[in-house]
Amino acid sequence: MTKKKKYQVDDKGMYGRFGGAYIPEMLYPNIENLKAKYIGIIESDKFQTEYKNLLKDYVGRPSPLYFSKRLSDKYNTNIFLKREDLNHTGAHKINNTVGQILIAREMGKERIIAETGAGQHGVATATACALMGLKCVVYMGETDMERQAPNVARMKMLGAEVIPARSGNKTLKDATNEALRDWICNPEDTFYLIGSVVGPHPYPDIVARLQAVISEEIKQQMQEKRGKDHPDCVIACVGGGSNAAGSFYHFLEDERVKLVAVEAAGLGTDSGETAATIAMGDEGIIHGSKTYLMQDDDGQITEPYSISAGLDYPGIGPMHANLKDTGRGTFLSVTDQEALDAALELTQLEGIIPALESAHALAALKKLTFKPEENVVITISGRGDKDMETYRQHFGF
Amino acid sequence: MNRIAQLFKEKKNILSIYYTAGFPQLTDTLPILETLEKAGADLVEIGMPFSDPLADGPTIQQSGQTALKNGMTINLLFEQLADLRPQLSIPVILMGYFNPVHKFGMERFVEQCRKTGVDGVIIPDLPFDEYREKYEALFTQAGISNIFLITPQTPEERIKLIDKNSNGFIYMVSSASVTGTKKEISEQQTRYFKRINNMQLASPRLIGFGISDRASFQKACDYAAGAIVGSAFINLLNNEGNNPEKISDFIQSIKKTN
Ligand SMILES: Cc1ncc(COP(=O)(O)O)c(C=O)c1O
Repeated sequence: MTKKKKYQVDDKGMYGRFGGAYIPEMLYPNIENLKAKYIGIIESDKFQTEYKNLLKDYVGRPSPLYFSKRLSDKYNTNIFLKREDLNHTGAHKINNTVGQILIAREMGKERIIAETGAGQHGVATATACALMGLKCVVYMGETDMERQAPNVARMKMLGAEVIPARSGNKTLKDATNEALRDWICNPEDTFYLIGSVVGPHPYPDIVARLQAVISEEIKQQMQEKRGKDHPDCVIACVGGGSNAAGSFYHFLEDERVKLVAVEAAGLGTDSGETAATIAMGDEGIIHGSKTYLMQDDDGQITEPYSISAGLDYPGIGPMHANLKDTGRGTFLSVTDQEALDAALELTQLEGIIPALESAHALAALKKLTFKPEENVVITISGRGDKDMETYRQHFGF
Repeated sequence: MNRIAQLFKEKKNILSIYYTAGFPQLTDTLPILETLEKAGADLVEIGMPFSDPLADGPTIQQSGQTALKNGMTINLLFEQLADLRPQLSIPVILMGYFNPVHKFGMERFVEQCRKTGVDGVIIPDLPFDEYREKYEALFTQAGISNIFLITPQTPEERIKLIDKNSNGFIYMVSSASVTGTKKEISEQQTRYFKRINNMQLASPRLIGFGISDRASFQKACDYAAGAIVGSAFINLLNNEGNNPEKISDFIQSIKKTN
């Protein structure tokens, strides 16, 4: 008998009291259809074979688990970097998009829509669509189109149509609203390829399963490198929470492993310019899911702020809300400045320029203490190419 | 019998008007309602503005943003509606997204509806099952109708289930779209209207989304108890504000039969 999983989604689509599918009736048939089919598709031999082949030969997996000697020396512990930045297209996002595109194809959908913040999910979606010959439309906040301009050009070169979202702060939340509206208007031929463990059930579970390859590999790689199949601690940044969900997935029920999720504090959690949902939010409904979110007393969703477009989101995936509530996860927040400093530190100690999102995970090292014999894995969710303009401005290069 | 049930018993070709609370001016909510009752609207849906209205097109989105900037909140809305009854007799429905209502507290919300004389509620993103499990008793006790939506994609079985559990009416979304898509009623839509009409449902239906003028209103009335006009009315308010003469002309232009 398998032990009941405490931190996974239950058969009602809930993670504890979080999750569910709070969607208008217009989306109900689509969500029901996906709910009825996704497990069958994902667990089929056909899907597994194709997905694994794509991960290996197209994405370039397994991604290395790199022992970072100089960071380890500095923090007096053993630090391993899970190198999702080395994936094709430069982030963990592609693990999810190559999987969902196979689901979309299996369901006979011809048009793919996606939201994107940093543009990494948009690029990974446009890439998967190019590969499969499917039409691709990406919604991106206008603010993000400016600060992540290289990714906009990449999406266009890949053949995607990029539509600016102009409401709110013109960031990820607003792009997600537009994508959902598109889906309402095109329920039959269109597949909504969500980029994180957010949205109505079953999306959080779909994305978590597809990102789970990260922790599956960490397990094996720890075994090879250290002779035990788990680290003592895993650290990942959270926007919606997909790279964290993937990094935690196979350790969720293994309480020997400390799980640390790092949010973007922006200018500081109390500054009013923040994206630290767990620190500042409370229960509510955002994008079809019951979870923690930042809102005012009238239940209006607060506009978030972070220097990092991928973390600039006022909600968090329901899995993480439950990890917070149960105490299974440790939640930290890191300011813009702390993330910038951590990015520079990694770059100059190891020759790896991380994405601004991933830099938030690295900055957690200064907020935690480890024993010298402990093994700590930090997921480097993406590379910093897209952020060079921000780095250049801040460091004056 | 609540005012909604009464209305559907007595009238055909029901014209329901949607507008956003606190728009264009914060204090316009009740005065517009008065104007609408005088002008001959049969039913009114007052939108509670939300920062992230997923099912709405640009017109209603923008009216909501303006209302929020004006300082509209659910609390304030109930204050503004304090003198609704017995002054006005038109049935009133509040329509809005789940998060602000959840934050306000569903029990408190339903209680405030009852107190002020609101007759029904539409919360498009409150799941049907959750409503039945958690809130149905509350609504029934307070005599408040909860209105469900159906769309061209809703499976027949589900339509029957919704019909069985509806009180008041069923909100028939006219096509796969967000609010404010203004097109002529297509062949395909007419087929959908007919299909639902032929199902012999127990609940009356109002058709909404994309109903903007007399032609689309009358087409809807051929197959349902009436229809809901939203974005077209918001556009009028945007240009004219609470101008009783213009609003009366607008209502008459839609209702006029020939
Ligand atoms: C490199 C990188 N890391 C992290 C994120 C945040 O997403 P998530 O929390 O889903 O991993 C993004 C999102 O755009 C990203 O591009």
